[in-house]
Amino acid sequence: MDVIADGLVAVVKQDCPTCVLIEPILAQLAADGITVYSQDDPDFPAQVPGVRDDRELEASFRLEIETVPTLLRMAGGREVGRLVGWERGEWREFTGIADLGGGLPGYRPGCGSKSVEPGIAEALAMRFGNLPIVARRIEVAPLEDAVEACFERGWSDGLPVVPPTPTRVYRMLQGTARPPDEVIGVIPPDLAPCTVEKVAINAVMAGCKPEYMPVVLAAVEAALIDEFCMHGLLCTTMFAGPMVVVNGPMARRIGMNSRENALGQGNRANATIGRALQLVIRNVGGGRPGGIDRACLGNPGKYTFCFAEDEEGSHWESLSVERGFAPDASTVTLFAADGVQAVADQKSRTPGSLARTFAACLRVVDHPKMVAAGDAFLVVSPEHERVFHAAGWSKARLKAELDALLLIPGAELVVGAGGIAEGIAAGRAGQSWPKFRPGGLNIVRAGGGAGMFSAVIGGWAATGEIGSIPVTKEITS
Amino acid sequence: MTDKMIMLDPTSERTPARRQLLPRPETLAGLTVGLLDISKPRGNIFLDRLDELLRGKGITVKRYAKPTFTRVAPVDLKQRIASEVDVVVEGLAD
Repeated sequence: MDVIADGLVAVVKQDCPTCVLIEPILAQLAADGITVYSQDDPDFPAQVPGVRDDRELEASFRLEIETVPTLLRMAGGREVGRLVGWERGEWREFTGIADLGGGLPGYRPGCGSKSVEPGIAEALAMRFGNLPIVARRIEVAPLEDAVEACFERGWSDGLPVVPPTPTRVYRMLQGTARPPDEVIGVIPPDLAPCTVEKVAINAVMAGCKPEYMPVVLAAVEAALIDEFCMHGLLCTTMFAGPMVVVNGPMARRIGMNSRENALGQGNRANATIGRALQLVIRNVGGGRPGGIDRACLGNPGKYTFCFAEDEEGSHWESLSVERGFAPDASTVTLFAADGVQAVADQKSRTPGSLARTFAACLRVVDHPKMVAAGDAFLVVSPEHERVFHAAGWSKARLKAELDALLLIPGAELVVGAGGIAEGIAAGRAGQSWPKFRPGGLNIVRAGGGAGMFSAVIGGWAATGEIGSIPVTKEITS
Repeated sequence: MTDKMIMLDPTSERTPARRQLLPRPETLAGLTVGLLDISKPRGNIFLDRLDELLRGKGITVKRYAKPTFTRVAPVDLKQRIASEVDVVVEGLAD
């Protein structure tokens, strides 16, 4: 577009009653060389000669117009003054014309600029904004279905993805303060550098809202923490994939589900944040089933596995506080999770009985005769937590009791015991062995108000120094 | 009809933007080859000769035909070909 002329500049639209009201004023100022841009009708104002046609809204975008009419004074190509709407005194002072608008009302607010209408603002930013979006542009032919095109290019986890158009990606990038070109790490298995922009593209495809971006970015960063061992987790023939637990105020702000069906389907944030992480690993990292992902069976959580802890209803300290974060911090914790196993105990009314139920169910993680293999998450529902709270058991007390109950005599575990060849070395029969490594058992609270049910989420059988341990990352921006 | 659409590449961009052909087999030994006649005149002559040459090398050949060259292949035909052969040769033009 042409350079904006020096002097007075007005931006108007015919659809705005205030702009129509001040048409005689603009006509009067035209004699002094005002430049008028019209957003909707280049024949308006009819009394002003040489109205600039700004139906493309480029001038409005570049001048950052939010309201019409806007009156600007430009000098040396730069803005030196601005009025919004019609306020007679201000206009008189601004133009230096003492009797300007004598017959008009003293004040009328303006209308919204067409350049900031929903959907338009993003489209203008894409066209005129010089955005630092650098991803390769893939053209979809006019008769090609965009969703099918994503499948055919191998970008999907098997479910339809939202086609990552530049406008959608731009909107997604508005969800974070971080610059699009910031590299947040290298994604296994290809060790490909991953920018905020690439995360945003995959978040679009997963179906995220822009406001989820800080959580998705934290989840990707957490997956790249060395102790999480994302590369090995991806390659394993075992079941596991990353599970994301969200703590803190962010979970509530973006409407995550921590209650009824918390581990199930139906909540957009839960569903799409976990999926976005998996799509980043698939698309940026190149980790695909049958390729580097060698899972024998896998598990349905590898589509998406993300939920929030129910902190508001809980009497226990949250997972993130246990892991050293402030109560008002928002965090993601990643765990190499196999899948969900039900714990149905509707009769226990004492903590001792319910702890025994938990221990019996936890013992079968990976294999009843395997110890110090996988970690576990125990997801305790409100009705089960109530049993412990009523008896004054803290989460730490429950963990200590479970540790004691899960100290298993070696004679039950050794190779051949119980007629089962799987087991620990025969020489370890003489003493008892803890089911989980120290710190390997984690407890969170989630679930609906009705149901004396909890869940065991078993972990990848490679943990500690030889595998993956849970990692937590604070959600920032 | 409709405008073309632009999508931003979600990958590490280490492979070409254009979709790649599936890897070609280095040899046809042990594979089953399908010959697809799209029902254009004289396509059968070309495919018959190909059939003869392949069989002469001991390669298993299966023959298929589209009902008409004017339309895409019926789903049933595509599924049969995909499940029965390793490689397809299609007689595309006159």
